[in-house]
Amino acid sequence: MSDNAYVKTRNERYEKYVKAVSPSTSPLRSLFNSFWIGGLTCFIGEGLGDLYALIFPELSVDMISNITSMTLISLAILLTGLGFYDVIGRRGGAGSFLPITGFANAMSSAAMEFKSEGIIFGTSVKMFSIVGPVIVNGVVWSTVAGLLHLIIFGRFGA
Amino acid sequence: MNVLLHKGENCGFVKSDLKAKAALNHPKKPALKKGKSHTVFFANPPKIIGRMSVAGEKEGRGPVGKYFHKIVDDDKMHEKTFEKAEYDMLLAAINGAMESAKVKAGDIDLFIAGDLLNQITSSSYAARELSIPYLGVYSACSTLSESLAIGSAMISAGYYDKIMCATASHFATAERQFRYPLEYGCQRPPYAQWTVTAAGATLLSSEGDGVKITSATFGRVVDFGTNDLNNMGASMAPAAMDSLLALFRDTGTGPDEYDLIITGDLGKLGSDILRDLMREKGYALGQNYIDCGSLVYDVTQKCYQGGSGCGCSASVVNSFILDKLSDGSYSKVAYFATGALMSSQSCYQGETIPCISHGVILER
Repeated sequence: MSDNAYVKTRNERYEKYVKAVSPSTSPLRSLFNSFWIGGLTCFIGEGLGDLYALIFPELSVDMISNITSMTLISLAILLTGLGFYDVIGRRGGAGSFLPITGFANAMSSAAMEFKSEGIIFGTSVKMFSIVGPVIVNGVVWSTVAGLLHLIIFGRFGA
Repeated sequence: MNVLLHKGENCGFVKSDLKAKAALNHPKKPALKKGKSHTVFFANPPKIIGRMSVAGEKEGRGPVGKYFHKIVDDDKMHEKTFEKAEYDMLLAAINGAMESAKVKAGDIDLFIAGDLLNQITSSSYAARELSIPYLGVYSACSTLSESLAIGSAMISAGYYDKIMCATASHFATAERQFRYPLEYGCQRPPYAQWTVTAAGATLLSSEGDGVKITSATFGRVVDFGTNDLNNMGASMAPAAMDSLLALFRDTGTGPDEYDLIITGDLGKLGSDILRDLMREKGYALGQNYIDCGSLVYDVTQKCYQGGSGCGCSASVVNSFILDKLSDGSYSKVAYFATGALMSSQSCYQGETIPCISHGVILER
């Protein structure tokens, strides 16, 4: 067997072996945790929305959902600063990083972490290091969706 | 037919599936070319006359916590940044080692150190304080064994009298460099490891009493094609195997001839894999094999497979292992630390993880 072929089969076998012996997470438990933590976040959001609608009946539905998101973001940033959000995230997985709170956590944690390099080269530069891909993909794919809508229905918007 | 796979922790045997067995049947090929020795034997073995280990609060609560010379309560060491804390910790270890041997910085001929940070800044800043000739080395988590091997060779050759070898790692600085911000809520896979916050310093001397370093085995870079940044144990185990095989071949010994064989930071999974790899090569690592990474945290500390980082083996060897060597519990210990030589950049570019393992033999 030539050297290259030997290395290739060796590596393939080793990869298979490592896969067989490495422990894996239990999908049921992860799903359960992410569903209840994600669900709780949404539940709190809905509750806040209802509360705002009760206190400020003159506000439009759009405005109320905006204020609710702002409250959730502030809460997530506060929890990040106090050092609780990473504990929630370790449990919640997708349940904690998919909602708007996860985005707030990713941004604020990076901003805090790189504060030691200064406001410009630290916080400002590195703040988007984790959420950057989310923004880029969000903009790109919503542009594609908008263009498709334009081509199919011949107009922008709903 | 089932194969018995060794599960290191409690040294029990559990049955595993056939897939694992099929994967282990490597094609036969001699691991090393005959003739070239990877091991150097020291004619004038250097002695360890001073040592010091500094560890973080979390490590202090671990199984070997009581052996560390100094436990740091504050992970930031009252400094502004974690990088500064790491460098403070390294300096504390160096000063402690000098104190324990009752020598001054001026008496030391050479300072060999390295760490995990970019451009090994912690070590260089520590060298700035010492103002003695400095040799910066990088070998990831096997930095201490590499510097001990280099230092021993230089002393044995007669060029130097006293050489200080030191290294440090910090959980927060490693996280920020290799992974995510500290407060970012992300999940780690169960086979991940936890970077140890610790520093260790060893002072070698041509004369004096103490544990001797009788030989050193320089490792080859070994890459079995893994590229999972979280599964360091599986990446580094083949490197440890390669160097241990070189040691056994060069010295004509087997695992039973050492009171203890210790690896640096393979973790629980990595050390289990090493046992399997070695058994396949015909060497059974028994009760006398341990891994510093799986020793440094206990199960309740939720550190997944255990510790990693250059401070891991540096602190454990300079406290627990050398304590036991000095009091006569062990008389011959093989210390083989392993290092993964990738950067997060190279891994994102699709490269696999090259690993290395350097070892030294510590004798009473």
